[in-house]
Amino acid sequence: MTFFAEILISLLIVAGGFFAFVGSFGLIKLPEIMQRLHAPTKATTLGVGSVLVASMLYFLIIEGSPSIHELVITLFLFLTAPITANFVAKAHLHEDQHPEALPPTGGEHGWATFDAPPDQRVAGQERGAD
Amino acid sequence: MTEARAVRETRSFRQRWLPHPLLTLILTGFWLLLLNDFSMGGLVVGLILGTLIPLYTTNFWPSPPRVESYPKAAAYFFLVMWDIVVANVQVAYWILFWKNDQLKPKFFTVPLDIRVPEGIATLAGTITMTPGTVSSDLAADGRSLLVHGLHVPDEAETIANIKSRYEARLLEIFA
Repeated sequence: MTFFAEILISLLIVAGGFFAFVGSFGLIKLPEIMQRLHAPTKATTLGVGSVLVASMLYFLIIEGSPSIHELVITLFLFLTAPITANFVAKAHLHEDQHPEALPPTGGEHGWATFDAPPDQRVAGQERGAD
Repeated sequence: MTEARAVRETRSFRQRWLPHPLLTLILTGFWLLLLNDFSMGGLVVGLILGTLIPLYTTNFWPSPPRVESYPKAAAYFFLVMWDIVVANVQVAYWILFWKNDQLKPKFFTVPLDIRVPEGIATLAGTITMTPGTVSSDLAADGRSLLVHGLHVPDEAETIANIKSRYEARLLEIFA
């Protein structure tokens, strides 16, 4: 039992290291900033995730004391990764991208990075009506 | 000054001091999970944090989000977890085995049917975490998302997939 658990934990750690490596490798390999953004938001998430699952299994099976704050780390990671990606993307839009080069929004207002919101009051009313 | 006081007094005791009971419970639970150990002292500190943090942040949450169906929200959570694993393998494969010029990266617009801010935030987060897409910007009127795809051979298909797989489910979760 312990032997199989050790194999499983080792595999998870190796997988985690592999995905973390791929994420970092993608940062070097891909040519544009928006493409580079894809590598760390995804590949690295699974890398860290695998290591955390391995840690939970280790404490549960080998040490015999369940440890759950790895779940919280995973959750925080899932919450923060999209926000970080969004901020990097927005900074890129501000710095290097012309609004004309982007696809149109399909509505009468532009993208929020370049266009002011229509009217705070209208947005508030819509919110209340939902 | 007096007007502000009059507005404040229309709120009940519970609304004033415990604006988001569910958030209080979640924060307390989080604190106990971070301690990784249960103790009475930990619970008390957790409850204090769980009461103070919603009080300080309540101005950002004018009305609590209404979740229509918790089982559906849980199902959505596991669907997204699974898709994150698939997305990772997919992106790892592209990075390792494809030449850069084989990838067709581009920006595209996803028109939104969902209007609830929490729903839009969840959808944008989901798009970032799943196969080859990062949400980059929101239209000023909140009716469409600007998404960047790492490899988008067929734009219409990608958009239809996002709308049917994620947005349709979120529309059922957030009323």
